[in-house]
Amino acid sequence: MKRGGSISIWFFIGISLLLNGLLIFGAGVYELIHPPKVQVALFRLHSSIWWGAILAVIGAFYCIYYAPGKGRS
Amino acid sequence: MAFFDAQRLVHLSTVDLVIIVFYFALVLAIGFYLKGQANTGEDFFMAGREMTAWIAGLSFLSANLGSLELMGWAGASYQYGILAAHWYWIGAIPAMLFLALVMMPFYYISKTHSVPGYLKLRFGESSRTLSAISFAFMTVLMSGINMYSMALVLKIVLGWNINFSILISSITVAIYVALGGLRSAIFNEVLQFILIWAGALLIPILGLMETGGWNGLKARIATNASTEYTHLWSTLGKFSDNPMGIHWTGIVFGLGAIISMGYWTTDFLVVQRVLSAKDLRAAKMAPVIGAGFKMLVPFIVILPGLLGLALLDTKLVGETQAIATGGHSYNEVLPLMLARYCGPGLLGLGITALIAGFMSGMAGNVSAFTTVWTYDIYRALIKRDASDQHYVSMGRWSTIVGVAISIGTAYLVMDFKSIMDYVQALFSFFIAPLFATVLLGMLWKRATPAGGFWGLLAGTCSSVGMWALVKMDPAAIRYVALSPYARDMAENMYRALWSCLVSALVTVAVSLVTKPKPDAELKGLVYGVTEIPSENYVSTLHRPWFWAAVVGTIFVVLNVIFW
Repeated sequence: MKRGGSISIWFFIGISLLLNGLLIFGAGVYELIHPPKVQVALFRLHSSIWWGAILAVIGAFYCIYYAPGKGRS
Repeated sequence: MAFFDAQRLVHLSTVDLVIIVFYFALVLAIGFYLKGQANTGEDFFMAGREMTAWIAGLSFLSANLGSLELMGWAGASYQYGILAAHWYWIGAIPAMLFLALVMMPFYYISKTHSVPGYLKLRFGESSRTLSAISFAFMTVLMSGINMYSMALVLKIVLGWNINFSILISSITVAIYVALGGLRSAIFNEVLQFILIWAGALLIPILGLMETGGWNGLKARIATNASTEYTHLWSTLGKFSDNPMGIHWTGIVFGLGAIISMGYWTTDFLVVQRVLSAKDLRAAKMAPVIGAGFKMLVPFIVILPGLLGLALLDTKLVGETQAIATGGHSYNEVLPLMLARYCGPGLLGLGITALIAGFMSGMAGNVSAFTTVWTYDIYRALIKRDASDQHYVSMGRWSTIVGVAISIGTAYLVMDFKSIMDYVQALFSFFIAPLFATVLLGMLWKRATPAGGFWGLLAGTCSSVGMWALVKMDPAAIRYVALSPYARDMAENMYRALWSCLVSALVTVAVSLVTKPKPDAELKGLVYGVTEIPSENYVSTLHRPWFWAAVVGTIFVVLNVIFW
């Protein structure tokens, strides 16, 4: 949804997913290098790393595809 | 004011707090950005009627994901097993498809601003007034109850002070809805929908990996509880055979045919989102899209509850027992599962998902209240001929006043907790009778204004009467719910069924002895005298009925798989 040169809602969603994804990915990498003493269940899967990466990639796609000025809604 | 209490379920790291603060900053930024696009009444109250089917559909679903939806139903699935999924499948999908294909054309073609507005066009001012006042009153009260529930959750999970949580969340919602109106609420609801999935989806994925898939999960539940917890229909032959104390007739006729139909087709909180669609086809597609995603919600709500039953070492108990013993209640199963799997960052996103769910529900209540107050009460009863700008200004102020009343209700609930039960019961009084009135109004042109009004009033009064009867004499549940073994859930189902029937019977009886409106006045409002635009110009793949058939087929398959 957009109107008259305004920003698409999907762009906002892209920003949110990208930033959250990068933060989660970064936290996951930190935990990989410095494993915590108390670990969550299935820590060996390092879900922060791959889930963060997935969110960041989807977010980056939305940011680029729905960037302001591209006329997509 | 101390911001944190010592006791809390999870501990957040710096990165978690950054994610939560970023969420609040983004929703506020969206509100400020959209301020310039909410200048006319049509913009502020109806989002300019230019939403695509996807936006309207996701917003339609997201407005309902608030309240205690996420945590409450996860807790219910821990307590009652997969039976809780009925509220997502038979308790939603048929009603959403019915709204899309049967009722939406009349709502949309009539160009009404609200459901009470439709009643005005179809039955006259008295029906509108009755419906508008009850809706506005109930909506702000429900908003307050949701606000209190959210603050309580944040206190238990994060140790946040209740006053701090109420102020931060309510001020944020008030700002972005008052600035951007329905458009801002819808934008944020779509954002919140995505965040809810991003934050909660990892739990069922990791949970199923830990249990060894669905079969492994069933085996663990059979050991920890009973095999009944993983069957959707096969235990519903008798009231006493399932943990919910309910019979299949209550689920099918009470929940599927009446309560869900009433909620999804006449509760303006959700219908308002679809009315913002850019054209009739988008308005019909929006509930179909919503239904498609609604079928998936049990994956992030019901499944975590079942996983909790299979994996948690601690036995969860009811709220009262949890307070008395210092244990964990059913409603805490979702945060407990979050804490089980999510490290720094993921935990912040999961908590953001919970907060987003609560805020989208609150914004939904507030924006619906604002529209009904301004158009159906203020303009209809207090100031008829003011300018459009005046009503937009009233909309902004009523948003702030609505939030302020909600805060008051939140504190009222804090002191008198039994109010929560009463208000939720009160809310249900209006839904089932309203469905009968609106449906007869749309499909039967002989229904008269007097029939509509008296039917609505009689249905509501009968619902209140049955509720009061069981309150005064609990043994009376054998008459209302047809069994002495029936529990609260079953009572709600049957009360809805009877009150809907009373409303329909009185509407028909009164209509048959009173004068109907001429056909010319019913154009655009009633089946048979309304020309529904043809969809022959679009391909099958773009037609709402095609996707409704796809969603309907998947719905049937899911029920058979989990029978």
